[in-house]
Amino acid sequence: MDLSVNIAGMKLKNPVIAASGTFGFGREYSKFFDLNRLGGISVKGLTLEPRKGNRPPRIAETPGGILNSVGLQNPGVHAFIRDEIPFLRGFDTAVIANVAGNTVEDYRAIVEILSDADIDAIELNVSCPNVKEGCLMFGSTASGVFEVTGAVRKVCKKPLIVKLSPNVTDITEIARAAEAAGADCVSLINTLLGMSIDIEKRKPVLANIMGGLSGPAVKPVAVRMVYETAKAVKIPVIGMGGISNGNDAVEFMLAGASAVMVGTAGFVNPNVWVETVQGIEKYMRENGFEKAADLTGALII
Amino acid sequence: MDFRERIIKTETLSKDIHLIRIRSERITDSAIPGQFVNVRCCSGLDAYLRRPISICRVCRSDKTFDIAYMKRGKGTSLLCNFREGDAIDVIGPLGSGFTMPEAGEKIAVVGGGIGIFPLLYLVNSCNDVDKTVFLGFRSKDAVVLKDDFERSSNKLVIATDDGTFGIKGFVTGPFYDWLKTNRPDKVYTCGPLPMIKSVAEYCIERDIFCEVSMEQRMGCGIGACLVCACKVKEGLDFGYARVCRDGPVFRAERLLFE
Ligand SMILES: Cc1cc2nc3c(=O)[nH]c(=O)nc-3n(C[C@H](O)[C@H](O)[C@H](O)COP(=O)(O)OP(=O)(O)OC[C@H]3O[C@@H](n4cnc5c(N)ncnc54)[C@H](O)[C@@H]3O)c2cc1C
Ligand SMILES: Cc1cc2nc3c(=O)[nH]c(=O)nc-3n(C[C@H](O)[C@H](O)[C@H](O)COP(=O)(O)O)c2cc1C
Ligand code: FES
Repeated sequence: MDLSVNIAGMKLKNPVIAASGTFGFGREYSKFFDLNRLGGISVKGLTLEPRKGNRPPRIAETPGGILNSVGLQNPGVHAFIRDEIPFLRGFDTAVIANVAGNTVEDYRAIVEILSDADIDAIELNVSCPNVKEGCLMFGSTASGVFEVTGAVRKVCKKPLIVKLSPNVTDITEIARAAEAAGADCVSLINTLLGMSIDIEKRKPVLANIMGGLSGPAVKPVAVRMVYETAKAVKIPVIGMGGISNGNDAVEFMLAGASAVMVGTAGFVNPNVWVETVQGIEKYMRENGFEKAADLTGALII
Repeated sequence: MDFRERIIKTETLSKDIHLIRIRSERITDSAIPGQFVNVRCCSGLDAYLRRPISICRVCRSDKTFDIAYMKRGKGTSLLCNFREGDAIDVIGPLGSGFTMPEAGEKIAVVGGGIGIFPLLYLVNSCNDVDKTVFLGFRSKDAVVLKDDFERSSNKLVIATDDGTFGIKGFVTGPFYDWLKTNRPDKVYTCGPLPMIKSVAEYCIERDIFCEVSMEQRMGCGIGACLVCACKVKEGLDFGYARVCRDGPVFRAERLLFE
């Protein structure tokens, strides 16, 4: 059986990638399992300068999921290149740099820097709900996504993935804008904007008031958006949102995803990434699929 | 990696404090006082995240450790359903531990509410040390593990908010009184924010070594997701450290209490 997939000019040994922000730079989970088992790792969202992130509490548990408001705490792109890439390159897995900025100029500058770094792809996060300026603003309109993707494309020498926000009326319109501006791939979904209240204290649980919802609770919404997006664009789609096992991953692939990302479920089960690879393999074996790539869009309507 | 271990016994310590004894070579072999475990309370989605609970006692010879917890919300209520013989899914030991006192040193331990549990493991683990323990509880029926603390310390002082047991009022009162005539080499504290903040500031002013164990809501529990932020000094500026990995134990000087 062939688990490998090709997306955006990258060959992944299997379709399972660790989702940005849930996996740090891989160091912590490397103590729990062999990172060579992963198709790829999308690292914590990077910005040009280090960012402190938001005030705590930054997490609320909700039915079947979590809200987070980390707010892009990260050491900055230069520290990433200096301190983290050498570690990540010790493993045979694709390294995807997830990036965010406040202005088009920020995005361009960081992508320019990363284009010369030893990474496999860049994932443009235009959809972080946890920072006030920029980011989500770009991601919430087709023209914003077109503008930022186009500007970045001019300087980007790596495969370019644009990560889409689900907090929009029509995600296909946004995906098409990313494609038209030169994206090699789109990934979705980022977190859904949500809110949770502690009724005893009559206060929001998150210090930031609102946060991004992820985990099993978002899965049906994510599968639907992947399905719609895969039909709307020709570039490959990476699907994510609530994946907790191989069957969930297969669901996304049947809906049209060429690869998947897994995040929140790892907080509960650090084996989830390895188990997802094994689960996809099992499904392929039991259903007569030779190549993982053949799962993509194999949905019967 | 398999995180399932066997429950050796469960015990009710008070109306809402319960203890679980777990056999785990993995955890008892490497645990140090101040560390915690991240416990899965159910296998479904009911209480989705794991709950961080301090290691309260370790017995290396029979490979068991205890956690004691207060029944509060969904997760800790589900923990009450566990029985002897059940499997329990625990990741650990996690986090940084306390700096252990050296032989001959004099220490003071100040704990309140659920903050007393990691402190029991600490006092149990240091020999040839002069240990004075100050514990604060809401009222008489909330007092737990008194005998255990008594056995492993030189002096135990208990205070209750309503005066139904020991000294009436906050536990910081008798602790500050004691400090007038005593100079400990190290002070350790864990409990409600106003208490640990007060103890930390008091010790910093008097240049006494003080370590504080912090609480924060967690996601991964291992340092990857950055949700468990705790405000700390970084040079002249501030930053956010991870309670699960950089802590839960921090030097008092490093913390910036909000
Ligand atoms: C390092 C550390 C050690 C701890 N040690 C102990 C211990 O030994 N004994 C004990 O009784 N309690 C301890 N706690 C607190 C314990 O984790 C919470 O009481 C527990 O998570 C509450 O869960 P719940 O399902 O009952 O409450 P819910 O309100 O249903 O919890 C909802 C969410 O909030 C989180 N949460 C709620 N209160 C707290 C809190 N005070 N701290 C951190 N997260 C919280 C939960 O983990 C969960 O994710 C510790 C906390 C930390 C961070
Ligand atoms: C704590 C946390 C931090 C995150 N940080 C980022 C980030 O920095 N950049 C990004 O593009 N997405 C970030 N995400 C979103 C995830 O990558 C993913 O899109 C989302 O969580 C849905 O997948 P999941 O349900 O498998 O977690 C974060 C999610 C979580 C839970
Ligand atoms: S809980 Fe994930 S970093 Fe601390």
